[in-house]
Amino acid sequence: MKILVCIKQVPDTTEVRLDPATGTLIREGIPSIINPDDKAGLEAALRLKDEHGANVAVLSMGPPQADLALREALAMGADEAILLTDRAFGGADTWATSSTLASAISGMEYDLIITGRQAIDGDTAQVGPQIAEHLGIPNISYAEDLRVEADSVVARRQYEDRSHTLRVKMPCLITALSELNEPRYMTPRGIFEAFREREVKLLTRADLAIDDGNIGLKGSPTRVMKSFTKAAKGKGTVVDLDARSAADWITERLQEKFVL
Amino acid sequence: MNFELSKEHRMARDLFRRFAEKEARPLAQEVDENERFPSETVEKMARSGFLGIPCGKEWGGQGCDTLTYVLCVEELSRVCATTGVVVSAHTSLACDPIEKYGTEAQKRKYLPELLAGRKLGAFALTEPGAGTDASGQQTRAVLEGENYRLNGSKIFITNAGQADVYIVFAMTDKSLGTKGISAFIVEKGFPGFSVGKKELKMGIRGSSTCELIFEDCVVPKENLLGKEGKGFSIAMGTLDGGRIGIAAQALGIAQGALDETVSYVKERKQFGKPIGAFQNTQFRMADMKTRIEAARLLVYSAALAKDSGGRFSVEAAMAKLFASETAMEVTTKCVQLYGGYGYMRDYPVERMMRDAKITEIYEGTSEVQRMVVAGALLK
Repeated sequence: MKILVCIKQVPDTTEVRLDPATGTLIREGIPSIINPDDKAGLEAALRLKDEHGANVAVLSMGPPQADLALREALAMGADEAILLTDRAFGGADTWATSSTLASAISGMEYDLIITGRQAIDGDTAQVGPQIAEHLGIPNISYAEDLRVEADSVVARRQYEDRSHTLRVKMPCLITALSELNEPRYMTPRGIFEAFREREVKLLTRADLAIDDGNIGLKGSPTRVMKSFTKAAKGKGTVVDLDARSAADWITERLQEKFVL
Repeated sequence: MNFELSKEHRMARDLFRRFAEKEARPLAQEVDENERFPSETVEKMARSGFLGIPCGKEWGGQGCDTLTYVLCVEELSRVCATTGVVVSAHTSLACDPIEKYGTEAQKRKYLPELLAGRKLGAFALTEPGAGTDASGQQTRAVLEGENYRLNGSKIFITNAGQADVYIVFAMTDKSLGTKGISAFIVEKGFPGFSVGKKELKMGIRGSSTCELIFEDCVVPKENLLGKEGKGFSIAMGTLDGGRIGIAAQALGIAQGALDETVSYVKERKQFGKPIGAFQNTQFRMADMKTRIEAARLLVYSAALAKDSGGRFSVEAAMAKLFASETAMEVTTKCVQLYGGYGYMRDYPVERMMRDAKITEIYEGTSEVQRMVVAGALLK
C-alpha cells in the first residue's frame, strides 16, 4: 500500500499576531511545527504501516524552511519526503494550493492520501477535499477513526452531534482530525538519519504540468478584505447542571448584572 | 571551533524538551511528594528510544553521539531531576560498560533489551565502607566451577529495585587491592541476590535508591565483565562517562530553576514594582545565567571529548564539578529570590534545591572531581 500524507508547516500558536498594514501573519520569532491535524494524519499513516506494511510518503508545499517539518516526518518514520517549493507558488489561497498539490500528486503512485482537516493558521478545511476533487477520487473528511479493510478504507466521520461510518474504495482521500490519535515522538536516531542519510526531494514550478492561472497569488481567486485580532474573551464559568437548573442559573446571573 | 548546536542537535533538543514538558513536568511534583518511581514516563522514553541514545545501532541503540545524550538528560532534568537520573544511571552506568567491556555474547544477550528499555540497568560499586575510597570493597566473589559465588552488600544504588540488570563489583583477590576487584553482570532473578531497604532521600525522591544483598549469589562465569581483576579500571572508566550524565543533570536543574525564577521575578511585586526591576535581582539573575552558560560549555565540551576517542577523565570531572556546584548555587539563590514562597512546596524551586545537592555527591563527590583535576595537573 502506498500512502501519501500532506502536511503543512505552521506557526506554533493559535494566537499569532497580524500585521495590521498587510493583514498577514507575523511569523518572526514564532517556532514552526507540523500542523496538528496533519500530524495526526501522519500518525494514522504510520500506524497503518505498522499494521499492514506500507510506504509512507510525506508531501508539503511551502518555503524552503518547510524542509524541517519534512525532516521531522522522516524522523517519526515516514519513508519519503517531497517539498514543493518555488516563488511562483507563493501567495496561494486554497484553490491554488490544492491545484498545485494535486498537480504534483497526479505524477505519483498512491492508494490512500491523508491530509489534516485544516491548518491552525488558516482554518479553511478546504485543501484536502479540493485535492480529491482535482484528482477525481472519493473523499471522507473529518475522520476521527480510520482503518483499512482489503481494498477499502473505513472511516468514522465526525459531526457535532453524531458520526457516520463510511466505507470507500481506494484510491481515496481522508482528512484527519487531531482527535484521531496521539502522534508518536520522533526518535533521536530518526532525527540524525533524517538529516544525514535521507533526502527531501524538491519539486519546483518547472516540474509541474499546470497553468500559471492556477498557481500562486495569480491563481488565487480569494482576496482578503480585512483581517483583525479577535478581542480576548474571559475564561467564563462552567457549571454542571441539568437544563432546567442551568436556565435558572443563567437567569439569576443575568438578573445580577441587570441585563434582565 | 563552533559553539552552535547543529540542526540535528537542535531538533533533538526540541524533541527532548517537548517530551519533558508534556510527559515529565506534570508528574515531577507528585513523584517527589510520594517518592514514586515514574514508570509510565520510563515506558514512554523507552518507546521513543531515549534509553539507548549513545549506544550502537547494531545492538538496538540510537547510534547518536554523547552530546545528544547530554541534551536528553539536561532537558529531562530541567523539569524533573528524577527522570534525568533514571536515564543517566541506566545509560552511562549499565549500557555503556556492557558495550565497552562486554564480550560479543554478553552484548547480544543484554544490550538489545536494555537499549529498547524493556529492561532497566543499574551500577553497584558503593558499599557501607567503600564510598569515595572504592578500593575498600568487602563484597567477595569466589569462583567455584562454572559459577562465581558473591557475598556482601551494596548501598545507595540508583535504579535498584526497578532495574533488571546490575553491574556489580566484588573482590576476587583481596591481596591485590584494587587489582583484585572484578565486575559482574548480575540479573534480578539470580539465586542469592535480593534488593534490601529503599532509602528515603532529601532529593531526586522519585528515583529508586536501595541496598543490594548478595548471599551466596550464584553468577555464571560467563557474566564476568572484562577480565578478572579489571573491575576497578572498569568502574573508573564507567564513572568518567557517568559524570558527564550527572553534569548534564546538574545543568538541567540549574536551568530549570532559573527559568522558573525569570517568570517569578517579573510577576512578584514588592514596594510597588516587580522584584525583577530591582538591581539586586537583576545582578543575581545575570550572574546565574552567566554561570549556567559556562557550565553548559564545560558539559558539552566534555561530551565532545568523550566522542573524540581520547582520555576525557579531566574534562568529565571539571564538567561535573562546575555544573553540580552551579546547580547548588543557582537553586539556592533562586529560593532566596522567591523569599518565603521559595521555601514552600507549592513552587518547584524548593524541590530543585533539594535535587541539586546530590549532584555534588554521587558518581564522585566534588572533592573527588578536584582530586582528578589536580592529579592530572600536578603529575
